[in-house]
Amino acid sequence: MAKAAAYGGSWAHDYDDIFERKWSFRMTPWRAIGLAIVGVMLFAAIYRLLFGLGAATNLNDRWPWGLWIGFDVLTGVALAGGGFTTCFLVHVLHIKDWKPIARATALTSLIGYLLVLGGLFLDIGRWYNFWRPFLVYAGSWHSVLFEVFWCVSLYTMVQLLEFGHVVFERVKSPGFKRFFDAILVPMYIFGIILPTLHQSSLGSLYLVAVNRLDPLWWSILIPVFFLLSAVFVGPAMATVEGALAATAYRREFELDVLQSFVRVSAVVMSVYLLLKGIDLVYRGQIGHLFDGSFTSNMFLLEIVGGVIIPLIMYLSPSVRRSKAGLITASALVVAGVIFNRFNVVFTGMAKWANFHYFPSWMELSVSIGLVTLGILAYCFVVENFPVLYDEHRHQYVPVR
Amino acid sequence: MSYALLFDVTKCIGCRACQVACKEYNRLPLDDQRDRRYPKETWDKQAPLTANTWLRINAHLVEKNGRVEWRFVRHSCFHCQYPACESACFAHAFYKTPEGPVLYHAYRCVGCRYCMLACPFGIPKYQWSEVFPEVRKCIMCYKRVNQGAPPACVGACPTGAITFGDRDAMLREAHRRIEESPERYINYVYGEKEVGGTSLFYVSDVPFEKLGLPTIERGEIGTEPIPHITHKVLKWTLPIAFTWGAVLTALYFATRQKGEEEH
Repeated sequence: MAKAAAYGGSWAHDYDDIFERKWSFRMTPWRAIGLAIVGVMLFAAIYRLLFGLGAATNLNDRWPWGLWIGFDVLTGVALAGGGFTTCFLVHVLHIKDWKPIARATALTSLIGYLLVLGGLFLDIGRWYNFWRPFLVYAGSWHSVLFEVFWCVSLYTMVQLLEFGHVVFERVKSPGFKRFFDAILVPMYIFGIILPTLHQSSLGSLYLVAVNRLDPLWWSILIPVFFLLSAVFVGPAMATVEGALAATAYRREFELDVLQSFVRVSAVVMSVYLLLKGIDLVYRGQIGHLFDGSFTSNMFLLEIVGGVIIPLIMYLSPSVRRSKAGLITASALVVAGVIFNRFNVVFTGMAKWANFHYFPSWMELSVSIGLVTLGILAYCFVVENFPVLYDEHRHQYVPVR
Repeated sequence: MSYALLFDVTKCIGCRACQVACKEYNRLPLDDQRDRRYPKETWDKQAPLTANTWLRINAHLVEKNGRVEWRFVRHSCFHCQYPACESACFAHAFYKTPEGPVLYHAYRCVGCRYCMLACPFGIPKYQWSEVFPEVRKCIMCYKRVNQGAPPACVGACPTGAITFGDRDAMLREAHRRIEESPERYINYVYGEKEVGGTSLFYVSDVPFEKLGLPTIERGEIGTEPIPHITHKVLKWTLPIAFTWGAVLTALYFATRQKGEEEH
């Protein structure tokens, strides 16, 4: 059934031939479990929309922002940051070495942003009003959230338009194909400007928490830290995804491309670390850093485990060129960025909030369900569209 | 004309007539005491504001001249001169009126609760039991203030602990009280410098950090208006967008090779 044909490593070909003219989503036991998780999420989401935030979540006046903002939105956008980093390197700087992973990172980014919008929609209390900020009331542009809202919405649209290029390689419609090919270059440019702005602005959201967010995380440079971490998590996330896709589809792990790609992360992580150090010294927080409090230990765990150790691993060629070393280091980077966002939203604000919060089962099920939905959507797209790079094109059939 | 309130800690006897007047005038129901979402009232009667309690008098035990004494402190919206809630709102639902009160257009509110995170005093509260909740807080009885009448709480106060009037006059009055009895008052008007100035001032005979208020001294609040801090960063948005766009376009054409097709 998988017709192997030597296409010489190029993208555009007759996909009807490869995909046997069928749209497919093969059911496996794991996917059935995944769909069940998505089902629970749908129940929780509908319940929340019908009965309100108070009924579905454990949010309260001291914790107005909880798991959905911390994980679905702040972490989700950061982890989708691989899309614009890769776009910059491959499509703007034309670095060919990393082209094979460009489509996969763009796809995860697109799916990531669609899920973020879904999570955000569930989190707003008056969801019928979600379009309000588009009206641009006088003064609304003084809000950091206004900038985030516009950039995230526009960027999601830009990514959908970019992806038309891939969709219409398979869906036969010459007119659309020409249109989406023609707009590609400006979309690439917009698709880098917009995330540069909102990745940093997601950090700027916490500028208002001055004197309340713990000074280990609050800094006027927090937008720069959020941007840099979204950039360096990109190649790491691509590596983790590459490893998962390789296992799921029994394809070869792109060790060579990815080990060279994570060098970008290593450079950006070094800059990040240096800047963090300078910032902490400048604001006189070195004493606080080693005072042994819970907050400072969480900060050290984040920086040592999520930045310093993986950075050393990336910088050592023998570790980076081994499959296990590369994947371990990348997983640490991803975990470190998740940890950072959680520290900003929870650890750093805990002292001020002075009250308990733990997400309800509905909050947890929505967050888990959104991730599951993303994985299933990724599987459907790579099995039906030319996304994963292959010398010998064939249809991807899941092994599990 | 911009109005303000002045609260004198030395005059408050903790009768809470203002709290009742606030509830009555604004038709605010009682809070459900069984709701675990809200912290329990402590033994000395401290509790946070809620969507239905816009004004509270909290009691604090303080040590003064070797004696333990009660002090009663008003908690309600400060109606900042540069409101963080206004600058945080991406639908501009919160706005500062020329009369002083910071008000809220419910119809514009998306319900993101960024205002609750932005407020340095933690004032805006959410209607957690509603399907489409509003953010609620003290509105300085705007309909009355608009006519030049004092808010409901002021009329209810039997000891004159809370006074109302022109903002500059209130500030002068606060300083006058301190100057007249320096032995009685701490030489500080709370609300004059906090986050660029508020429309609710406090004078007191015990340090403000003992009264549950965030103080500049302890680094719990700043003197710079919060909208100014975010503006320092936000003002770079458009310059960065255009410069970065130009740089990207230049890089694209500089590195493009002949005959290369886009994928």
